[in-house]
Amino acid sequence: MIGNWPGLWTLFVKEVKRFTVVFMQTVTAPVVSALLYLFIFSHALAGRVDVYPGVSYPQFLVPGLMMMTIIQNAFANTSSSLIFSKVTGNIVFVLLAPLSHLEFYLAFVGAALVRAVVVSIGVYVVAFFYVGTTVAHPLLLLVFGLLGGGLLATCGLLAGIWADKFDQVATVQNFVILPLTYLSGVFYSIHSLPPAWQALSRANPFFYLIDGFRYGFFGHSDVSPWLSMAVMAGANAALCILCLRLLSRGYKLRG
Amino acid sequence: MTAAIAVRELHKHFGQVHALRGVDLEIQPGEFFGLLGPNGAGKSTLINILAGLTRPDAGAAAVLGHDVQRDAVAARRAIGVVPQELVFDPFFEVRDFLRIQAGYYGVARSNRAWIDELLRALGLADKATTNMRNLSGGMKRRVLIAQALVHKPRVLVLDEPTAGVDVELRQTLWAFAQRLHDEGMTIVLTTHYLEEAEAMCDRIAIMSHGTVVALDDKRSLLGRHPWYQVHVRLASEPAQLPPQVLACLVSREHGWLVLRLQRGGDDLSRVLSALHTAGLSVLEISTREQTLEQVFLELTAGHHLPAGA
Repeated sequence: MIGNWPGLWTLFVKEVKRFTVVFMQTVTAPVVSALLYLFIFSHALAGRVDVYPGVSYPQFLVPGLMMMTIIQNAFANTSSSLIFSKVTGNIVFVLLAPLSHLEFYLAFVGAALVRAVVVSIGVYVVAFFYVGTTVAHPLLLLVFGLLGGGLLATCGLLAGIWADKFDQVATVQNFVILPLTYLSGVFYSIHSLPPAWQALSRANPFFYLIDGFRYGFFGHSDVSPWLSMAVMAGANAALCILCLRLLSRGYKLRG
Repeated sequence: MTAAIAVRELHKHFGQVHALRGVDLEIQPGEFFGLLGPNGAGKSTLINILAGLTRPDAGAAAVLGHDVQRDAVAARRAIGVVPQELVFDPFFEVRDFLRIQAGYYGVARSNRAWIDELLRALGLADKATTNMRNLSGGMKRRVLIAQALVHKPRVLVLDEPTAGVDVELRQTLWAFAQRLHDEGMTIVLTTHYLEEAEAMCDRIAIMSHGTVVALDDKRSLLGRHPWYQVHVRLASEPAQLPPQVLACLVSREHGWLVLRLQRGGDDLSRVLSALHTAGLSVLEISTREQTLEQVFLELTAGHHLPAGA
């Protein structure tokens, strides 16, 4: 139950301010990184990779890179905020406040979604002038963007709750999130892969995020967007329940 | 009347360490209460449980009738806690930080004037737009005190608020704490500076090894101690003291004999008589009441772990 809307709003705004204070690091840098991927890969692989009919390879890259920024920034926002607060001890200010575990969760995830959406829009705006990508299903785009951001923000919260030091969060980021992102079809369609790799890709939850997001742009996807939506909704629900249970028990937060 | 703080049979373990061993405590509204004890006595664990930062293994604790586990949000609204650790949020300026804290309680707008008053009262007005990371340790401590008060709690817990701070801040803090107490706020103080507790607190609990070994009003606590000190200065340095004097001699300090005598007995007359018989002239004599520090040391030093601990 949410009984403290002002408190929830305050924590949300504080978390948004936290990343805007370091805007260059949290927004500008990821946009520039994604655009570098776009320029380099589109020059190196244009004409060599089969994608959807009527879609150029640079256009194909844009939704993948947007979702990649959503994934990475949503995860980074919650995980870095929480582990930083835990290590420095200032998490105490939030724990002392009359906020329920649900309010805590919604504020952190909400702020991570804002960062993820801002960065992905930044990528889109610049990419639009470069490759002229249009959107076929804006609503689906929004739904997959929120599902992806929500899922990774929750993953980041879980990592932040579990970790005792920055190194542990970096381990999750570099050895789980990053490989799953790169192997999810950001840079290629899984139809171009051998059958065994295709099957493996379907076991990667991030594949459904990027494939569904790409459907929002082009109206084409490797699997049904409804299947992708169902998988992502289920994953969001499962991780959300797990995260709320840990927060309500105070796991690694309240001694 | 609902107790400001009620603690019943509270237990807490950290691994093999039994930090709280069935603590019972009740603090009435409006009290200035001292919680004393050596390091590791369990004071901070008890405070963290009251603040909702730590979960007890057994027992119950309530703030103004709100159970800190079952009714955690209401309990947290009722209490303000100054943490012992010097923590701060480096992303924000002082006033912004305090407004954020007030916002968690839903009083960011209504308490703006109060926040400005806190800044003035705690000598932070000229630091309001300074980033927290650029403050000195003493200034950070002041901000911690202000953050505990932004929502005007009815119970304030000061967990060693003067540890490592200068005299000026101590005086500012105690004057402000006294004002809040006069206005009806319940204040719980833990400190290593026992003279502070002696000066400020109405009632005092002394903890040792996770239990409350003494709980009484200050005067009773001091009065229950059966000893007092007598300082005697003799006309000349004696070659040998009479056995009646040696029996109660604590120390010799700069020509003074420090004697510990039992309250209500005839020790003093026997000592003076023995000195006179030995031909030793007394130049000066003064008596000193026991301080809280002496009571504290006696109670905590003599307290042994319970059997089976």
